[in-house]
Parts: sequence; structure tokens; C-alpha cells
Amino acid sequence: MYEIIKELEDRRDVARLGGGERRIEAQHKRGKLTARERIDLLLDEGSFEEFDMFVEHRCTDFGMAETKYPGDGVVTGWGTVNGRTVYVFAKDFTVFGGSLSETHASKITKIQDMAVQNRSPCIGLFDAGGARIQEGVAALGGYGEVFLRNVLASGVIPQISVIMGPCAGGDVYSPAMTDFIFMVKDTSYMFVTGPDVVKTVTNETVTAEQLGGASVHTVKSSIADKAFENDVEALLQMRRLIDFLPSSNLAPVPEMPSFDDAERVEDSLDTLVPANPNQPYDMKELITKVADEGDFFEIQDRFAGNIVTGFARLDGRTVGIIANQPTVLAGVLDSDASRKAARFVRFCDCFNIPLVTFVDVPGFLPGTAQEYGGLIKHGAKLLFAYAEATVPKVTVITRKAYGGAYDVMSSKHIRGDVNYAWPSAEIAVMGPKGAAEILYRAELGDADKIKRRIEDYENRFANPFVAAERGYIDDVILPRTTRKRVTRALNMLRHKKTENPWKKHDNIPL
Amino acid sequence: MFDKILIANRGEIACRVIKTARRMGIATVAVYSDADSRALHVQMADEAVNIGPAPAVDSYLVIEKIIDACKQTGAQAVHPGYGFLSENAKFARALKEAGITFIGPNLRAIEAMGDKIESKKFANAANVSTVPGYPGEIDDDVEAVKIADKIGYPVMIKASAGGGGKGMRIASSADEVAEGFRSSKSEAKSAFGDDRVFIEKFIVNPRHVEIQVLGDKHGNVIYLGERECSIQRRNQKVIEEAPSPLLDEKTRKAMGKQAVALAKAVDYDTAGTVEFVAGQDKSFYFLEMNTRLQVEHPVTELITGIDLVEQMIRSAAGEKLKIKQNEVKLNGWAIESRIYAEDPYRNFMPSIGRLVRYRPPKETSEDGVTIRNDTGVYEGGEISVYYDPLIAKLCTHAPDRGRAIEAMADALDAFYIDGIEHNVPFLASIMANKRWRSGQLATSFIDDEYPDGFSAAGASDEITNTLVVVAVTMDYAHNLRKRQISHQMAGRPVSFAEARHVLICGQWAVARVSENSYDPVRVVIQSKKRKKRFAVESGWHPGMPVWKGEINGIAKSVQVRPLANGYRLTHRGVETEAVVYTAREAELAKLMPVKVPPDTSNQLLCPMPGLVVSIDVSEGQEIKAGEQLCVVEAMKMENVLRAQRDATVVAINAEPGDSLAVDAVIMEFDA
Repeated sequence: MYEIIKELEDRRDVARLGGGERRIEAQHKRGKLTARERIDLLLDEGSFEEFDMFVEHRCTDFGMAETKYPGDGVVTGWGTVNGRTVYVFAKDFTVFGGSLSETHASKITKIQDMAVQNRSPCIGLFDAGGARIQEGVAALGGYGEVFLRNVLASGVIPQISVIMGPCAGGDVYSPAMTDFIFMVKDTSYMFVTGPDVVKTVTNETVTAEQLGGASVHTVKSSIADKAFENDVEALLQMRRLIDFLPSSNLAPVPEMPSFDDAERVEDSLDTLVPANPNQPYDMKELITKVADEGDFFEIQDRFAGNIVTGFARLDGRTVGIIANQPTVLAGVLDSDASRKAARFVRFCDCFNIPLVTFVDVPGFLPGTAQEYGGLIKHGAKLLFAYAEATVPKVTVITRKAYGGAYDVMSSKHIRGDVNYAWPSAEIAVMGPKGAAEILYRAELGDADKIKRRIEDYENRFANPFVAAERGYIDDVILPRTTRKRVTRALNMLRHKKTENPWKKHDNIPL
Repeated sequence: MFDKILIANRGEIACRVIKTARRMGIATVAVYSDADSRALHVQMADEAVNIGPAPAVDSYLVIEKIIDACKQTGAQAVHPGYGFLSENAKFARALKEAGITFIGPNLRAIEAMGDKIESKKFANAANVSTVPGYPGEIDDDVEAVKIADKIGYPVMIKASAGGGGKGMRIASSADEVAEGFRSSKSEAKSAFGDDRVFIEKFIVNPRHVEIQVLGDKHGNVIYLGERECSIQRRNQKVIEEAPSPLLDEKTRKAMGKQAVALAKAVDYDTAGTVEFVAGQDKSFYFLEMNTRLQVEHPVTELITGIDLVEQMIRSAAGEKLKIKQNEVKLNGWAIESRIYAEDPYRNFMPSIGRLVRYRPPKETSEDGVTIRNDTGVYEGGEISVYYDPLIAKLCTHAPDRGRAIEAMADALDAFYIDGIEHNVPFLASIMANKRWRSGQLATSFIDDEYPDGFSAAGASDEITNTLVVVAVTMDYAHNLRKRQISHQMAGRPVSFAEARHVLICGQWAVARVSENSYDPVRVVIQSKKRKKRFAVESGWHPGMPVWKGEINGIAKSVQVRPLANGYRLTHRGVETEAVVYTAREAELAKLMPVKVPPDTSNQLLCPMPGLVVSIDVSEGQEIKAGEQLCVVEAMKMENVLRAQRDATVVAINAEPGDSLAVDAVIMEFDA
């Protein structure tokens, strides 16, 4: 017995070393941690249980029979984050550069299957060179198995990908199908084809960072939802994110009791909307003053800043917040903002996270760039997402709610449950100036007359009462009471039950 | 007594006057410009009248508008506050003509003291000591030496037409006077075309000491002790105190008597201030008289217990002064810190914007220590470009100077402002300054102590320990809460290791937080040599902006701003990030590369948010140090940005009309 225990321990020691001390050191020199170190940071101390530690590849071509490492380039298993179960796989760059083999893939799919069956989030930490070329088609098959499970798990359990090194070729499609992608600044990049191939095919000269670094994917492509300074920050922030997320589509949102008074009044919100209707203000101030403890986990913070999305808690329970941001492009809805918000709304709806929407939107962005870029269908995505969502939906119009954008932003007409307006709200087809100029086109030459027409329109529509008279607004609330009123509304809606007609799945305008 | 008064001012002073009027049962009228429609003084007053556009010249300074507002509301008297129309004789006259009482001095006093030469004449006539000097023309160096001998050394030789230090000499002996006289004369001739020079006493290391006087319309004038206002930055007072650490009873009496004599000479009939320049040897010389309520009046109120605004209102209403000179007792020590909306890290550039958070320390009076905060703003209010950047005057009063300083340091620690930049860190740094604490002041104090401008204070071991303790107890509170999260796996409660590794001020500290007793929390900081133990009691919970509590029985306040994985802490002028890790996290965090902030020495950065007015160079152009590169307009002011060194412009990233954020790269230069 003693000998076999000794052997177990020895084998474990070997497996834990991955590709060996030299490669671990090289990994550290690159500013990266090893797979096991990363898991240590992600999970509660001592909670990780590793599976398939002794799995080795079965490839014999190209001299591979002689080079084997237990674990085969990926560390898999499960553990807890603040006591809640999660499944995790972490690519081990020190072993074959983390490249994917048939056995490597089957380790991942084992974890994916367990996560779906047992309804807990699955987190992938990526740092790998792609398919293991020596295995050829077997590796490709492996990818396919992983992809399939990503798709089947989508909407069942939260799937999170953290890119912490190279992620190229076949490796990128698994993260691409998960709910969130996070990156580490300077040390991670993602692309389908690397700089060398790009050079050969298109004759473009780019660096890996320029092609697919965090600065590209969080700002330009919107592939990544957020980037972090280093591995440690990224993983500790993943713990923070997981605290917001339900374990599955069957689980309620996690609750984290707070000392923050649910009825807290914020007097300063009464002056948040400036006296001048054309002056911007920071919607994030409203978000942080309404949220429990001011804690807001923003998603896609560097992309389409004209709409803000992220998680917060109200009275201890997670909500998804979507808010037009007047400081960026006056909070207008354009293609990027619509896509960004639509995806976020759908994530929340998948996982029973109530939606809180703060509206100050002057409309959709006009122009050829937008129309050629398909604004109609992108805008429709957000409309579609809000309309199909069956989670509790609470909306607060702080200022402008103009035109079609009013309908889109979780209005009563598309099943907004409770819709409030601040006294500064203006719900109208368009701004008073534009409206008067169309209605009284004949008077355009007469500046005085038009001015009076604009004033008339303002008096009629630049307030929340026309909408309130029709019941499109459930109540006009004092800004300072927003936290209390939204929280109460959500508590009232806590056991909301509504279903969409049966369908195989909907056909959202992709 | 009046039924209703109007306050022809804004900001903290308007609010301060309203408070006293309300206590006296007098209704108040505020006036406000378009920029101030949501201001605090408007909210506090019983009535408010709009007096026009934002610029003060179109509103607060327009006499007719104030008088109209009085008529419209039936206000019987006007308190002018300080600044604006407070020392404007035309205003006082116009009010008189309109039959409205001016809550301030009589016209003659305003006019006499408003004129530099006139006021000196009154001072001399009242035997008030003025700076010894020879106002006439001096023929030659022999005469100059004679005059200097009479005045006493050192003396200052100044060009009559002078300015900017040209033709100015300081001489401490007869030889130096002769030499200085000749060179000053010739320099004056070439600089101004006018070689007249004069001589006066040069006061080494001068201090600013002023006497508060109080009079009525019945010929009574008393003095209420002095204030020292030597802590100034570019002639703007920053910190004031009463009494002055310089004066003794004898000097105080002498100054007081002279101040009263001067006041009586102009029939002074309200609150006023006689300013003196004082030498370190307690010699003092009249500077000027301010015929209004002074900004720093609260420190006098705190040590005398007299409400100066009340006295002004009473004397304006014709009441007799009820306080006799021998009843005036100076009690304890009071200090005032002026909280300005200006960025101490960027050469005190004014800062404007919304007060996203404004949480001043509580006004309290406990155990002989009083905290008073005269403020004109509120959370959610706006600091506009149009007016003085003073947002509050934080005062402390204690039995002695040391305790008043301690109380001030504590109060500043708790003064939480977000949304604009402010000088609280600078004030906190002065409170920790040894020379300030010793009372060895001079008007050059700030230049002497901060020769290279202000930068964040370094943390002492004691402060670092405090911050470590606060950081780990906050982390502990967070962990206690995380442990409460729902849907945890059964059978294995989450636990958190006692040992915490804290990265703070760029250094690591190890602390153990004991789990078994929550209140108070025990923290042990382990260093190589020994363990330091702390018992911590605090009602802080996540989300609160200021950590308040007791560490080993001593009350502390530390400001907290959450960061991705840690906190930004502010305490005693020290601002630092603190990240709390477990042992394993710390071990791995140490492997992370240190990211060097990008080198900006080859870039021209926009120093404030503003609009590009012009770009005055082009790409590829060679530029010389000091050459104008571009103009950025901010807060209605055009700021010329100049080259720091000779270079070639490599790239220009902005064009006229662009609106830029702070630190936006305007152009780049070759290395």
C-alpha cells in the first residue's frame, strides 16, 4: 500500500510540474502564470479538485510517442468560488504550448458535460497555440466536440472565457460561443489567422497586438467584454463576476445581503439632469448611486460607450443594468450600441436576471454609415431582445425618450413591467425643434414663428405627463427616490411568471 | 430691527448670513444669477430673485439689479457679504438714496479706507504705526544713507515708477545703501525712463496679522483680538488662525488700540478689519483696513463667542453695542482651512464640474473641540467657472493650538469630495508640517516649504500602519459579506485565511486579522523585528465613502474609493492604493510584470479639459524652447502652451475646434 501511495504522490508531483521548471520559468518571464497557479487564484483556497491529471495523448506520429506529459496540456476539474460550484479548464502553455489533442479535447468535454448536467458555470482559461499539428484531423475532431458542447450549454449555464495568452485558429471559436470573453492586457491576443498568414495573404504587416490584442478586441471588434491589467487582476475580477451570476438557467440569482439601505435616498440625483437639455451628464453616477454599495461590474466598458451595460445588485440581488450614456454621442442608439445591449439583455434573460433600464435616448443615429452598416437590423436586435425577455423589467426614463428608440428601450409596449419617468423626462416622437420644423415647414422662413411653434411643442411634449396620461408611464418619480422605487418594483415582480409561445427557437435578426 | 434683509452675495457667505438672520427671526432674500439657480443660498433663503446672466458683472455687481430686488421683495436692508459690492461706495450711496439700509460701514469710512493714500493719512493722524520710509525724492547717495540710518536697517530701495522687482534693492548697511541707491537709480532710468527712487523699512520674513474691530452708530468701537493669515499662496489666504502664535498680550493690546483709534477716526460703525504686516520681532505696521466682513471671520467668532453678522445687523439697525472691551475674552484657539476647487497637483489650476460626492465632516461640539464648516455647496451642486473657487471654510476650535490642529487634520481626513479636484490634500499636508505646528510662520511659508510646488505627501510608518489596518479590516468586512452569498455548496463553509498581505505605497506588509472576535477586530502587523497589535472598532461597511473608527482607542478617518481589486485610500494628505491579498495571491501577484507608464516627455499633453483654439506649428517644424505651440481654451480662458525644449514636431493629433480631455496628446516631438 505504501508504495502505491508513494507512486501516486510522485505521479502527482510530476503532473503538477506540467512542462517542467524551465517552461514554468519561461511562462513567468512572459508575465504569465501557469494553469495551476491561475486556478489557485480563481477558486476558493483548497477547493480545486482536478480530474484526468494522468491523461496522456495517444499520438504516435512524428516522434510523439516519446514525448508525453501527464495532463496533456490542459488542467481540468471543479471547485468553488465563495462556496458556489464552478467547473474550470485551464490550458497549460508549458505542455506542447497548450495545443489541443484528441485527449486534451476529451478532458474539456468531460468538464463541459458535467457542468451542463450539474448546472454550474464553466470557465475556460485560454493560453494555447491551437491544434496539435502532429495529431492532424483528430485534433480537429476534438475542437468540434468542444464547440458542440459550447452551443448546447449556451443559455443553460454561464460560460466564461478568459484569454490569458495566445488564442488562435480553432481555439478562438470556443470562446466566441461562450457568454463572456475577457482578456489580459499586453499578454493575450486572439485571431483566426496570425500575423504571418496575414502577411502572406494580404501583404499587411501587423503585430499580434495590433491584430488581436486586448486593445483591439475591447475597443474595435467588441469580441472581448473587458480587459485586465494582469493575470491576478483578471482572475480576482472573475470571482467578483461569478458572485453576480446565477449558476444556471434554472437557478435564481444569487443573493448577497448588504448593509446598504434599500430605501436609501440620494438627494443629489435631483440635480443630475442639467437645467440645459443639451448638456450631457454621466449616467454612471445614477447607476452607482442606485446600486448596492455603488458596486457595478461593467461589461464592454470600452466599446459603444453610448450605452452602458453591466451587473449590479439591488437589495442584495443581481440585476442587469442597461443605460443610455448622454456623455457619449448624446446617448444615441447606433449599430454598435444596439448589438452590445441586445446581447447583454439576452444573457440576462437566459439566466433570470431582472433588467433595469435607464433611458435618455435622442433616437437612432442617422447617416449613410449607419444605414449601410445595417442599423435597421442591429437596432431590431435590441428591440427583439427586450420584447422577448420574460424576466422582470423595470425602466426609468430620466430625460429624452424620442421616437422609435423610446419603444426599443424596454417600453411598456414591449412588456416593460414597471416604467417610471423622472419629472425631467420628455417622451415624444422627436425633439421639439425637429418636430416643429416638420409640422410647420411652410413657416420655416419666419424665425419668430418657428420659435413659437417650438415652444408650443416643448410645452406639450417636453414632460412626462402626456405619456403618463396614456398609462405609458406607471408613475412619475422623484429622482432621489430611484433606488427605493426600482428596488420595490423588483421585489413586487420577484415571482413574475410569463412565457412566450412554444417555438423551436426564435429567429432574432442576426 | 429689520423684518427682511437681502443678501447681495452668493456661496458660503450668503448661506452664513442667512443662518444668522434666520436665528434672529429675520426673513431673507437671496439673489442669484442664471448659473446659480440651483445654488445652496437660493434654497436656504425665504425668497430668491434672479438678477441676470452668469458673469458677475452682469448680475452680482449690478447695483440697480440689487436695489430692484430689494424693492420687489420689500427687503429693508442689504448685507453685502465680502467681495462683489461689499466695499463699493457707489453701492452704499445708491442704497441710501433708495432708503435701504446698508449692513456695513458708513460711506465716509468706505471711501477713506478704500483709498491707499487717504487711509495712510488717517493712519498717521491716528498715530497708527506705518512702515517707516521716506516718501519724497532723494537727491544723492549721501542723503539716502542718512535716511536709511534714520529708518533703521535693513531697508528697501524702490523705484517710484517701479514694478516687478526692477530697480529694487535690499540694503542692510550704509555702504549697501549707497551702492544700491546708485544702481537702483540707473536701473530705474533704463527700465522706466524715470529715475526717482524712495526708501522704506524692509521687514524680514513678514507675517500677516489683522485686528477685528466692531463698532456701532453711537461712537463705540472695540477690538476682538487678532487673526494671523500668514499661510498664503500668491496673496490668496489659505489657512487662518486666531489668536496669532506671534503675539503676546502687550502687542495685542497695542495693535488693538491702534486699530480702534483708526476705526474711530472714520466713525467706524460695524465689523471691520485692520490689517498689519508684522515682523518676527513683533514690530507691526499698518497695511490697510477692510471695511467689510472678512472671509476668515469665523475664527474670531469661535474664540470670542460673538456672532459678527448678528452684530453687523444690530448696529445697522441702530442698536448700541452691548459688549464692552473688557468683556472680550479670547478663549482657546481656532483655525480655518479654506477648501478651494483647485487641483494642488496641477499648480492649483481651478477645477469645475459637478460635485458628485460632497460629504464634509459633521459639525460638532464635543469635549471642548468644535468643528464648523461654512459651506455654499451641496452634493449634486455645480462648481461653475464664473465665481471664486472657494467652496467651504472648515474651522476647528479647541482649548489650544495643538489640539485645534489635530482636530483640523482629523476633519480634513473626513472631508470627502468627488467630481472636482480640490486642495484638501494640500491642507492636510500643511497640518502635518513641522514648521506650521511650531508656529514659526511668515507670508513666504508656502514658497519656503513647497519650493517645487505640491506633490502627494509620503507616508510615515505610523500612517502606513493605519492604512494597512484600515485596508485589512475593510477586506475583512467584505469577506464576511461574501461568506453570506446564497447557493453555496453544503458541508464546506467558506473560510478566509487570517494572514493578509497588503500592497500599499508600493510596499508589502503582512497582517493577521483574527476571526473569532468581530468587534473589535484584532489586527497584528508583522514586521521582521516585531509585531504591532491593533484593536479596531468601526461601523464601516462596504459602500461607505469614509472609514471611521478607532484604532487602539484613537479616532481615525480614512477616505475610501474602490478600485478593481483594492482601495484608494486618503489620509493625512497621503493618497495611495492598497490591495489586500491572501498569501498565495500575494506570491503570484509578485510575479506580475511591473508596467511602466508610457513616456510622455516627447508629447504635449492637454493640461485641462478644453477647446483647441489654434495650433501654431506644423508637422516637421523645428521648434525652440518657449515657442508657442497651441492655444487651448478652458473655463473661458485662453491658455498658451509652449515648448519645454528644442525639438521637431513629429505628429499633430488635434486641430482647432477639437474638444480635448485632460492629458490628451496634442502633439508629439522627436526624442
